[in-house]
Amino acid sequence: MNRDTFETRLFRVLRWVVLAGLALATLFPFYYMVVLSIRPIEDLLRDPGALWVSVSQWTTSTYEEVLSSEDSGGQGMLGLLVNSALVSLGTVVLTLLVSIPGSYAVARLRFFGHRQVHFLFLAVYLFPAILLAVPLFVLFTKLGLRDSLVGLTVVYVAQTIPVSIYMLRNYLSTIPESVEEAAAIDGCTRGQVLRRVTVPLAAPAIMANALYVFMIAWNEFLFALLFLVADREKWTVSLGLAQLSGGIEVPKTVLMAGSVVLTIPIVLLFYAAERMLTEGLTSGADKG
Amino acid sequence: MKKGSLRQQENRAGLAMISPTLLVVLAVVVLPMLWTLVLAFQRIRLINVRETGLFERYTLQNFVTVFGSPGFWSSVATTLVYAIGGTVLSLVLGLAAALALRKPFRGRGFLRGAMLLPYVAPVVAVAFVWEVMLSPQYGVVNEWGARLFGWDRPIAFLTQREATISLLGMDIPIPVALLTVIVFEGWRYFPFAFLFLLARLQAIPGELEEAARVDGATPTQRFRHVVLPQLAGVIALLAMLRFVMNFTKFDDVYLLTGGGAGTDVASVRVYDFITARFDVGAASAQALALAAVLLVFLAVYLKFFAPKPEDKA
Repeated sequence: MNRDTFETRLFRVLRWVVLAGLALATLFPFYYMVVLSIRPIEDLLRDPGALWVSVSQWTTSTYEEVLSSEDSGGQGMLGLLVNSALVSLGTVVLTLLVSIPGSYAVARLRFFGHRQVHFLFLAVYLFPAILLAVPLFVLFTKLGLRDSLVGLTVVYVAQTIPVSIYMLRNYLSTIPESVEEAAAIDGCTRGQVLRRVTVPLAAPAIMANALYVFMIAWNEFLFALLFLVADREKWTVSLGLAQLSGGIEVPKTVLMAGSVVLTIPIVLLFYAAERMLTEGLTSGADKG
Repeated sequence: MKKGSLRQQENRAGLAMISPTLLVVLAVVVLPMLWTLVLAFQRIRLINVRETGLFERYTLQNFVTVFGSPGFWSSVATTLVYAIGGTVLSLVLGLAAALALRKPFRGRGFLRGAMLLPYVAPVVAVAFVWEVMLSPQYGVVNEWGARLFGWDRPIAFLTQREATISLLGMDIPIPVALLTVIVFEGWRYFPFAFLFLLARLQAIPGELEEAARVDGATPTQRFRHVVLPQLAGVIALLAMLRFVMNFTKFDDVYLLTGGGAGTDVASVRVYDFITARFDVGAASAQALALAAVLLVFLAVYLKFFAPKPEDKA
């Protein structure tokens, strides 16, 4: 057997080993999360190695406990879900309102300083959140905005703008300019062209971007922790869950139910739009 | 209408459209960033933050506090090991995944989606699952480790600073908790590398490899001399991005270990300065030290690895 056939065969096998290993590594934690969330806690302690629960054993009491309000003895995650949804949706709407015209300007228009703007966005994208945490914490304390969902939303908007501009700009520059010129000749102003021609054409990219921004806002933890920790009413789900684990003894199965509740919206959104999302993120990657 | 005025019009429209973006970025990113510089040189605690302004006395005391605080230098080392380890691991896993998923097969779409899950799932949820899986008391990993590999004692993956294993008569110390958070980091971010590498792989024209194959190059040679050079640019970019992000990562480590057991990365120290000691000045100084190291690495990247502007489409 020569080297070529040996390598060809070896990699044919290795490829499946890698695929199986990676599939196991990525899927198992999520599977395990769901399995634990429907297991009674005594069952887990009796047999920690079990990878399967028989249907007769299933319980939904963990979900009841984590979702029901505090008054009725639960952990009140439902209210926190509303907070997370408000902040995330707010972030999406504001980010799009700001970054659609912004990315259009970056993609199409030659204006004074457009090179510097490009550099600025790269710098902001690379700028680590933990460095902003201190001054923003102080600033928002001074302004009295610290324990408010509005303040949090503003921070998220600033954090998601660079990615948003990057994704939208890549897409907008693939739309032929002649389409816009035609509309301009028909008497549209620049704003009308953007609203009536460019935005509808860019709808798929805008959707993908909206989802990505939603994901970032929904998953965010650091700023929620720093800003909101004092006021339980305003916690996001991520923060609520983290506090739950650190607080009084809560069964791990309940914690897992909370994790499932936190993860499900994201996974559903992600699968609904996976293709759009990955293309939006990586378009232009092959050029860099 | 004159040509000049058309250009002016475009300039005005561009500025008008970009200004909301600029405003938000300036107010919430650039100004706070500059303010960190000021705060780092002032003695400010959270109690007196309302009264202090720009004209407070400037001092180097914060840096003395930070550099002199116990564990500062070991935390620098921890941060570096964590950032480099996480970056390398996520790149290696991402490359393996991208190569394995390169050619179409039944179920590829499903697997590709599955591989992205760690990246899109909320960090709090995945950190908890890992914590539960790795628990010494009821964790599935320790349970199966005992069953399959005969571990005589459960391993406290997240709370044990160091373990020694004997290999060929030598005792080798292993930083258990640090390795665990590095593996978590690699697991969580390999999808990011995977996505970009797969996109780049699929843009390589097939004739290139075909020609090499006809010339008698084996699969490893084709990878080494044809595919890898094509990926070099993306790999350098990803390495830089992941390094910067890992170097300042907070939530992963905070949620898994709280910065204990030898995982005291710099960002967790910043958090501790502000929440445990209410010392805004020291937190800023620590953050600034972090930023300074980061700037050095960025400068190196820009000098040696960054694609030149004229290559950019």
